[in-house]
Amino acid sequence: MTTRPTRRLSALHLYTLLLTAWLILPIAVMILFGFNDVHGKQNFRWEGFTLKWYTHLLAKPDLTIAAINSLTIATLSTAMATALGTPLGLALARHKFRGRATTTAVLFLIIACPELVLGASLLSMFVTFNIPRGYPTILAAHTMVSIAFMTTTVRARAVTLDPSLEEAAEDLGATPWPRFRLITLPLVTPGILAGALLAFVLSIDDFVITNFTSGTTITLPLWIWASTRTGTPPQVNVLGTLIFAAATTLTLLTARRK
Amino acid sequence: MSPVRRRDALRLAGAALALSACGVKGRAASTDVASFWAGKRRTGRLSWANWPGYLEDDRATLTSFEKDTGIRVAYREAIQEMGPWFGKIRAPLAAGQSIGFDLMVMTNGIQLEQCRRLGYLAPLDLSRLPNFAAHAAPEFRNPSYDPGNAFTVPYESGITGIAYNTKYVDEEITSIAQLFSPKYRGRVGMMSDAQELGSFGLFSLGVDPETSRPPDWEKAAARLREQRDAGIVRKYYTQDYVDAVSKGDVWLTMAWSGDVYTLTSPDVKFVVPSEGGTLWTDNLCIPRTAVSPVDALTLMDWLYLPAHNAPLTEFVNYITPVAGVREIVRRDAARAAGRERDDLTRLGASPLVFPSPSDMARLRRYRRLSPDEQSRYLGVFEPIARGS
Amino acid sequence: MPFSRRLAPYLLVLPGGLWLAVFFVVPVAMMASLSLQTGNLIDGFRQTFHWQNYTDGLSTYGDAFVRSLWYGFLATILCLALAYPAAYWIAFRAGPRKSTYLLLLLIPYFVSFVLRTVAWKLVLTDNGPVLGPLRDHGIVPSDFHVLDTGTAVIAGLTYTYLPFMVLPIYVALERLDPRLIEAAHDLHAGRAATFARVVLPLSLPGVFAGVVMTFVPASSDYVNAEILGGPRNTMIGNVIQAQYFDDGAYPVASALSFTLMAILLAGIFLYARALGTRGILDTTAP
Repeated sequence: MTTRPTRRLSALHLYTLLLTAWLILPIAVMILFGFNDVHGKQNFRWEGFTLKWYTHLLAKPDLTIAAINSLTIATLSTAMATALGTPLGLALARHKFRGRATTTAVLFLIIACPELVLGASLLSMFVTFNIPRGYPTILAAHTMVSIAFMTTTVRARAVTLDPSLEEAAEDLGATPWPRFRLITLPLVTPGILAGALLAFVLSIDDFVITNFTSGTTITLPLWIWASTRTGTPPQVNVLGTLIFAAATTLTLLTARRK
Repeated sequence: MSPVRRRDALRLAGAALALSACGVKGRAASTDVASFWAGKRRTGRLSWANWPGYLEDDRATLTSFEKDTGIRVAYREAIQEMGPWFGKIRAPLAAGQSIGFDLMVMTNGIQLEQCRRLGYLAPLDLSRLPNFAAHAAPEFRNPSYDPGNAFTVPYESGITGIAYNTKYVDEEITSIAQLFSPKYRGRVGMMSDAQELGSFGLFSLGVDPETSRPPDWEKAAARLREQRDAGIVRKYYTQDYVDAVSKGDVWLTMAWSGDVYTLTSPDVKFVVPSEGGTLWTDNLCIPRTAVSPVDALTLMDWLYLPAHNAPLTEFVNYITPVAGVREIVRRDAARAAGRERDDLTRLGASPLVFPSPSDMARLRRYRRLSPDEQSRYLGVFEPIARGS
Repeated sequence: MPFSRRLAPYLLVLPGGLWLAVFFVVPVAMMASLSLQTGNLIDGFRQTFHWQNYTDGLSTYGDAFVRSLWYGFLATILCLALAYPAAYWIAFRAGPRKSTYLLLLLIPYFVSFVLRTVAWKLVLTDNGPVLGPLRDHGIVPSDFHVLDTGTAVIAGLTYTYLPFMVLPIYVALERLDPRLIEAAHDLHAGRAATFARVVLPLSLPGVFAGVVMTFVPASSDYVNAEILGGPRNTMIGNVIQAQYFDDGAYPVASALSFTLMAILLAGIFLYARALGTRGILDTTAP
């Protein structure tokens, strides 16, 4: 009776490990081929170990520009979504107001809609109003999606808070701003951090919506997509590896703070 | 067809096109040229949209251009495909706004034709292109898609032919018919681009794509569908066939000459099929709304000096429109050493970069399409690669 | 003070709400409008209430539509089957290693999904590390291939969206009060019965969220079909994408996108009603 569950457990454990390995396999491939000493334009056959792609990371000017665009768009859209989505999440969590149901429905639609449809509808609008597409339109689109995720995480955190804390602060004579800064904000910060991390990761990896709103501006995923046609240079693997390392570190730090 | 007859044919075609050019609503009339360029001044800045891989990684050509002329160039690999590119620039061009670029590289084909017809391109002042006049190879002057080089000058050209992996294919591939052979079921790659695919369908019927008629298109499309439905086509490629044919996922595939040349795999061979191949050209052109058209024109002309063009060809490995580059490549090869010497020697000798007259004689252009024909042509060929 | 208190929620909502209105509500309305227009890129588009855009689009590309929903369905089922045991193990048995495993499952998200798909292509290629040895040892026939087939596309979709399934199921299981399981055991319910009567029903909201979060993006994906698929694996996403970008056929493309959105949203609502789950937001929130 005591041995059977253990055997069953280890089978599930083994299964989880295998599943994890499967998920990580292509990433291992990506990291490995960043060290591949290729000579032609094709990076698919192992040709020996080298570090030269790390030292020549910035040798492809357009790839560098694309990476910078991706980073700045992710940063800016995350900041904007934090500024706009946090109050929205708080309002939904603790206030009754007209349009509350509509706002909730819109947030649901944004999260539930395929990215393809979000991108297509934005393109439709830009085409209809003859708005030239480029950096600002990508930023606006990413911010829109990020607001939805930010609002959701902040709201989820804020509904669990005890309203009596704020009431106590009010009784003690705290005016709205200090009350918010000293009581509410610290309490919802984990929600904001989780939302910001999600927004950042979604933005920096976004391909579909960006493709529809980009015009002649190129971001990292767009450049990689284009390069799959002519041969993806190893620098792409290196950049992917670096972003991967940074994101993992960031997540570990955030997780620790929680 | 012998080279001599090809030259005659070219001359004839040139004359016919010069005649037909008169009918193009006079857009390229000399008054237009004069009025466009009147008052346009050099700004010392130039922004250039090109395809990825079409300039050295270190931008050496631009550095020497900047040194020669003092014009600073902002270069972007902003173009991946013609359809999306046209979709992006159409709105600003229609509204008379700048697209952010003074110079762009467009392939001859549907979108270039649209840009020409819609008056989105600046008419070229050929009198300011003396190097083009002096050094453009005859087969790249006055092309059928842009009579009299009214709006464009070629940047690089390439051939659409067949690439095959000799590790898997044990016979010699010489014809398009072999792409339809059941022997290679599941091992054939075709291109998804409607013009490329359509042209090969037409070649396979023995029809010259350039003079083909709608009934020919229907027949060609039926043939291509048959090929697809028989499971012969493994995949319709945009450009990623390069990987596939060198890895052996497909054994023979429609391919572009420059791609095959750049392949490190010596197993992959390129042929211009006996039925014919397609000669396409990527062209330099100036959007009408360019901020620095004079600077763009300066770059166009600068690139046509063989000494300036040779390093570019040595990197890009496509067919240059500038005469005399081959001699420079050979001279560079003689001066170089080691691996570089081998590379340059191979380049100077390559029929993919410097095609032989007999190969050239088999090449045709895409069908030039009026707006009505265009939707019909696309309606016939486009769904094939989409599986419908 | 009471006035500003009544006003406060509106001040909080206004900036973000306005942004969502301008970049989501208006665009969807514009897409709906564009889907009924006629014209082309060159002459521009005019509103003519041309409903044929819908019928034309569906009659030409109906097969791609059906294929997308089918691939999405298969990928979702596979994800569910693959994800549930892992989520279960992590939630109940991983102990202190819980967060490590969760992170490992999420890790693919830190790599551009285009790059991940390209890496898969490298793994699945005919003479690659998997198929090459299998063929050399005669385990699979010489003309067997995975790349450029529907199998590759479904496998790619499953891979891409698996974490979307694991997370919500894990969250639902994690919230489950272990005392409930103990109670079931005290009532002499066996392992299977406990699972079927207690664990499974209580994890259903997570399963619901996971299914929605997997099915929606999987059935509208086009990158997997483009990179891993062959000529008969075109999904509706590829068609819509090509119609927008290559053909400039905005009205038909809009009609197809709108149809896709309508089908998926209707599906979600029907599904939610059938399952009796209210509000996806409650179950998807971390």
